[in-house]
Amino acid sequence: MSQATPETAVRTSLLVRALIYAVLLIFAVYYLLPLFVMLVNSVKPLDEIRQGNMLALPQVFTLDPWRSAWSTAQIGVQPTGLRPYFINSVLMVIPAVAISTLLGAMNGYVLTKWRFRGDGIVFGLLLFACFIPFQIVLIPMARILGLLGLAGSTPGLVLVHVIYGLGFTTLFFRNYYDAFPTELIRAAQIDGAGFFRIFWRILLPSSGPIIVVTVIWQFTNIWNDFLFGASFADVDSQPVTIALNNLVSSSTGVKEYNVHFAGAVLAALPTLIVYIVSGRYFVRGLMAGAVKG
Amino acid sequence: MSLSQAAQPAALRKTSELTERLQRALPKLVLAPSFAVILVGVYGFILFTGLLSFTDSKILPSFNLVGWDNYAKLWGFRNWITALQNLAIFGSLYILICSALGLFLAILIDQKIRIEGILRPIYLYPMALSFIVTGTAWKWFLDPGIGLEHTMHVWGWESFSFTWIKDGKMAVYCIVIAAIWQSSGFVMAMFLAGLRGIDNEIIKAAQIDGASNFNLYRRIIIPILRPAFLSVFVVLAHLAIKSYDLVIALTNGGPGRATEMPATFMYSYTFTRNEMGIGAASAVIMLMMIASVIVPYLYSELRGGRR
Repeated sequence: MSQATPETAVRTSLLVRALIYAVLLIFAVYYLLPLFVMLVNSVKPLDEIRQGNMLALPQVFTLDPWRSAWSTAQIGVQPTGLRPYFINSVLMVIPAVAISTLLGAMNGYVLTKWRFRGDGIVFGLLLFACFIPFQIVLIPMARILGLLGLAGSTPGLVLVHVIYGLGFTTLFFRNYYDAFPTELIRAAQIDGAGFFRIFWRILLPSSGPIIVVTVIWQFTNIWNDFLFGASFADVDSQPVTIALNNLVSSSTGVKEYNVHFAGAVLAALPTLIVYIVSGRYFVRGLMAGAVKG
Repeated sequence: MSLSQAAQPAALRKTSELTERLQRALPKLVLAPSFAVILVGVYGFILFTGLLSFTDSKILPSFNLVGWDNYAKLWGFRNWITALQNLAIFGSLYILICSALGLFLAILIDQKIRIEGILRPIYLYPMALSFIVTGTAWKWFLDPGIGLEHTMHVWGWESFSFTWIKDGKMAVYCIVIAAIWQSSGFVMAMFLAGLRGIDNEIIKAAQIDGASNFNLYRRIIIPILRPAFLSVFVVLAHLAIKSYDLVIALTNGGPGRATEMPATFMYSYTFTRNEMGIGAASAVIMLMMIASVIVPYLYSELRGGRR
């Protein structure tokens, strides 16, 4: 190891390599620090936070802030904790992810394997929809949800997330199915298989990876959404991001930092777990969203 | 199938023709609902908001046309000018620093680092967090009374002072700091993917020609990364223009209205101040800004994709 490893294309000396490791480790600390601070301070009593330093490990370990954040903290006017809002988020995210993923898969299938005149324009219109600032649709959407009787409800939020998720889910599946051999489809057609049969029996069974990517992408985006929740939900349907913001920015009473941190980690937990379990797919989704094929 | 058709009775032929036609229309029928909701929910709504921006809508939509009044008023608002200035500061620093840091880290990680498998997820996890969570963490971190400054005082550095988040002039830089923390790892991943796609032969050839490492990167590798730079720019610019959650969680537009951004401006004028016409006009301008970045990009990508 006097020289760099032989397979390295770019050669670097030992000293330089040590420096590189040092820099990379410093940045690892930088990225981990906020999470560490949140975790450490979420298990300290409030006095200890006020006097002590934020990086110190707790002298007195307590789970009370977690209990409070989950079930008793004051959010808005009710001392409910984050639990009901967490449940709202779950009830919103599961149908929204399922529906938008299934529709995206069908759309991608049609756009690649059943091409028609003008399909490029259709795809272009779907694609641009991924990037619009949602401010441009807030006002009419509020009206339409009212007309449909879905204002301030979880089904209303599901509808909104499905509509504005379709662009990305279609994009993911289109790019994936584009590479799928069309000869297989032709062969199945000659054997008499119809539109849906080909989809269920041939394409879907080999779509595992892209389904995972899409589900993770949609789950993360919808779970983390704030704008639609703030605009279209009422107290009974608010997702956890709204509740967390209300908890943290409430101006009345003592600021219970430890409870805020426990709440923040609770709200982040589902996406963090998804990321830890399947980080590779998460990254691939981010890339697919950024670099089009 | 068509061979036997001649022998079939007329009625049967008719139904089979019908199913045939249905079969042929099926793909379009499957696509139609999605296309319809996008057409209405995206393009129809854009038109509707565009229309409202020319009306005197206040708390409810009205259809009294007032021409360009809302746009004229918009440019007279100090808050709107502040919002655009903040977006300019935030956007340029965010894009510049994220790209530089991302590229830097990607180049370092690309040197056959043994612990790459551990480092990469650590750099990237912030992207999985909600901006509200990031805002909560950084708000506290940057709060002089309790976070970094307080900790430095406890450690004995009494004169240490870091009060940007309370300072109207500096608070916008706090948003930059938090946003960079959240996104730079992702930019690193995009550049890393670009670096991994470079043909090793090109690098070897340059080395045989005696190029130093610095020159190798400056003259050969970074120019090859052009498409990655473009993608990074588009993604970051579009995130910057849309940024709303992070501002709400970190500063809530304050102190005062010092960290107002177009997205927070639109929301507060539409839903809190009941100036829907003004809010719609600001939303239209946001759309224009994003479209000016995205449309040329998508156009070139789709063109390039067509073989």
